[in-house]
Amino acid sequence: MAQIDTRGMSCPQPVLMTKKALEVNSTEVTVLVDSKTAKSNVERYLNLTGYTINTVELDGETNTFEISAKKK
Amino acid sequence: MDSKKGIIFTGAVIGILAVVLVRFGNPVNMGICIACFIRDTTGALGLHRAEVVQYIRPEIIGIILGAFLISLAKKEFDVRGGSSPFIRFILGFVVMIGALMFLGCPLRMVLRLGGGDLNALFGLAGFASGIVVGIIFLKNGFSLKRTYKLSQLEGYLFPLFNAGLFILLLTAPAFIFFSSKGPGAGHAPVWIALAAGLIVGVLVQRTRLCMVGGIRDAILFKDTYLILGFISIIVFASLGNLYFGFYKLSFAGQSVAHADGVWNFLGMALAGWGSVLLGGCPLRQLILAAEGNVDSVITVLGMSAGAAFAHNFSLAASAQGPSPNGKIAVLIGFALLLVIAYFNLERDAKATVQGGVKIGAN
Repeated sequence: MAQIDTRGMSCPQPVLMTKKALEVNSTEVTVLVDSKTAKSNVERYLNLTGYTINTVELDGETNTFEISAKKK
Repeated sequence: MDSKKGIIFTGAVIGILAVVLVRFGNPVNMGICIACFIRDTTGALGLHRAEVVQYIRPEIIGIILGAFLISLAKKEFDVRGGSSPFIRFILGFVVMIGALMFLGCPLRMVLRLGGGDLNALFGLAGFASGIVVGIIFLKNGFSLKRTYKLSQLEGYLFPLFNAGLFILLLTAPAFIFFSSKGPGAGHAPVWIALAAGLIVGVLVQRTRLCMVGGIRDAILFKDTYLILGFISIIVFASLGNLYFGFYKLSFAGQSVAHADGVWNFLGMALAGWGSVLLGGCPLRQLILAAEGNVDSVITVLGMSAGAAFAHNFSLAASAQGPSPNGKIAVLIGFALLLVIAYFNLERDAKATVQGGVKIGAN
């Protein structure tokens, strides 16, 4: 499974990195984001392209989330 | 408010508020223009001496303070920086040169379309072309690298600086320049302009509305979320302009605009390409700067420096058309963007993906 760390990357790179990872392995991906903007952008992209999403907020870090997605 | 309704509502409010600001005294089709208003504020501080475009624009201050306060309230204020700061400064500078060739930032381009200014169609075509060029570099691994956490003070300084500007506007000390004629002399009453800015700042912070993001995401990800806001502004500004009688469908005789199609196209192409590399249009840069993104603060300073150069060296276009110096500056701008875009391609980006496991890990 591909894991991507998009922390510190500015728009639209988190989504672009997610897209690239899915081109390699399209079944599942885990994306680490550190802003709510990146979170909603990545989630929206995964929704549009047909993935089931599970997002958890990481403890101890502000606005840092791990988004796990599986192909529907 | 991360919904289609939210972004359409935001576009509607911006479109209508922009027309209302014109009704109260702002120049026609310039209810809100980030590039023009940063230029006016830069002039008010005496950093350029173009007497017709000097005024501390409360709309800009309102947008910044609105976005700052709502980002604090929503716990999204997060102080970061260090992602290619000087490159961002130059990109901000270049975007301003392009915007002042066209006579307006992407937001004003949209408002001009909503006022019937057909010259903005050339601007829009150029803007979209610039975005497409930017996307080609994005797809090939363009990156301005990561940001890092910085001290809280670093993030608070920009909103504080703007609060200070507001005090200068109210007290009008002798060293601040205010236009007595020209676009700079046309402005809505201070408190109305500030209130409009605050509303726009809050809504745009919540919805992440971005002029360049709309076209970019539609092409790159087939995601229409942001472009709905873009379209909504055009629709509601058109309705507002028709209602107040400002609507005028023509190429010739438009307010603060020229009819040179080629340079309207090229100016906006430069602004569009530069904005894609920055990750957002000038409006979005203001919002990010207010949220604690110090790289965007640097970008805004770059835009301000670009505006000062544009008027000190006769680079900005006028109603009569582009200046010879301005044409050269736009061409230099394209060369700069090409160099910046090329040297920030991460050549191993593709190889890492093909390796398959981890992308972007430090």
